[in-house]
Amino acid sequence: MGSSFSTVEVLAAIYGKVLRLDPAHPGDPNRDRFVLSKGHGCAALYAALAERGFFPKSWLDGFYQNGAKLASHATHWGVPGVEASTGSLGHGLALACGMALVGKRDLRPYRVFTLLSDGECDEGSTWEAALFAPFHRLDNLVAIVDYNKIQSLGRVKDVLDLEPFGAKWKAFGWAVREIDGHDLGEVLPALVSVPFEKARPSCIIAHTVKGKGVSFMEDKLLWHYRPPNDEEFEKALAELEAAA
Amino acid sequence: MRPAFLRSLVELAERDERINLVVGDLGFGLVEPFMEKYPGRFLNIGVAEQNLIAVSTGMAMCGKVVFAYSIANFPTLRCLEQIRNDICHHEASVIVVSVGCGFNYGTLGVTHHATEDIALMRALPGMTVVAPGDPVEAALATRALAGQTRPAYLRLGKAGEPRVHQSDAPAFELGKAISVRKGSDVTLIATGTMLYDSVRAAERLAEQGIEARVLSMHTIKPLDADAVLSAARETRAIMTVEEHSVIGGLGSAVAETLAESSEARVPFKRLGIPSVFTREVGNQDHLKNFYSLSVDGILQNVPALLATAGVHS
Repeated sequence: MGSSFSTVEVLAAIYGKVLRLDPAHPGDPNRDRFVLSKGHGCAALYAALAERGFFPKSWLDGFYQNGAKLASHATHWGVPGVEASTGSLGHGLALACGMALVGKRDLRPYRVFTLLSDGECDEGSTWEAALFAPFHRLDNLVAIVDYNKIQSLGRVKDVLDLEPFGAKWKAFGWAVREIDGHDLGEVLPALVSVPFEKARPSCIIAHTVKGKGVSFMEDKLLWHYRPPNDEEFEKALAELEAAA
Repeated sequence: MRPAFLRSLVELAERDERINLVVGDLGFGLVEPFMEKYPGRFLNIGVAEQNLIAVSTGMAMCGKVVFAYSIANFPTLRCLEQIRNDICHHEASVIVVSVGCGFNYGTLGVTHHATEDIALMRALPGMTVVAPGDPVEAALATRALAGQTRPAYLRLGKAGEPRVHQSDAPAFELGKAISVRKGSDVTLIATGTMLYDSVRAAERLAEQGIEARVLSMHTIKPLDADAVLSAARETRAIMTVEEHSVIGGLGSAVAETLAESSEARVPFKRLGIPSVFTREVGNQDHLKNFYSLSVDGILQNVPALLATAGVHS
């Protein structure tokens, strides 16, 4: 859950205010695309899609359950609104590049947004795509990195430090903006002002907190893995509802 | 086969605007006609095979039919997970094309020997796997794969392979073997670069009084099980011939079909590359000969196989 909670504000902004799409026509060729590259954070994506009307909210109750509709990594089969199935890291940015390239070449109006984890910036494939997008001047492409500073087995700075992170994206040719990923006052203005520069893809580094919103989950590696038990669930819900 | 593929692709692109060619910084002296005629539908991704496959998939998701081209193991093993998760799971219209399979790049060494690719591609759900047997089949396979707009793997030789089919238009259908030679003693089921040797071997066997049926099994998945089972019923032995590991390729596919059949009991042999990294240095012919993947190799193996069928040749 921790990996989903760090992305909630970004996803709420993207699906609430940014993407130009119509849930009634999920296959519209000119729709904006969103690719969740960090497929393990799909609980938040599914919530956003249900909220936006792609499928009934009742589906969410079956998340992760045997025989239900929603698996715990983003899956497009049978789930309207999911553009790409992900879960193995380092795939999403390149898929988004291919979509954005066609948009540019065919002079189509759509934009492509993708949300990466910080951990998947360890993947060489992420940087193959990072090199590709600026060279092909894909200013219809937006990569958002959920920089919650914790990856699967430890803190990013201890596992494989990404810093200077923004400078890396900039050196690859991206127009970079760093924001507080939990402050809608920063998230929305960034997302609606893309492309930051003409002829360059945009990179938004969203500084976030893993498990944001639930005191006992925040910034804890454990919650990369654990689902809450009944008691923890009630406590988490109470905290989230009190803050809402 | 390479030139036949490219000529066919250029022709197809004329009629079908969706067709794109994406290369992994390879194709010198080959891809230029496509590049010059359709610059907006050509892309050199650079030396980045994971990106080659994933970007091609993203393009396919937006309506394109993408031929993703490289050589040997680079567009398959290096990016196997992108082929599985991106192309196959999404049923994307990407045709992975690898040139120079088997020992085509013999002298370049083990890194350039594509000897397990069929096994890996065949295991992926939804994948069509095609290894044309001559330039004529290469052109026809290109056309057929462009038409089905589904995940596919096209395994090609290089250039200058001899023609097997005299007609430019033999009956070619994905998933259907082509009967190249009739015979009732033994069936040679060949794929890709071994088709020509198999036909030559069959001619030599005829001189010894052994009539070999030769099937071009250009499509390894889906396999033409009917052709295999007919061969099992109508001939006394079956040998598969492939420039690929004996594990997981054509031989395995045929063996699976035979093993699960209740009607067919027939002596069977897989002629292919043993599961080793070769330490032999040499060109394609040298390495093929080294592993009996040659006319002589077939000639040596067939009588022994027929002997196990109780037939003395």
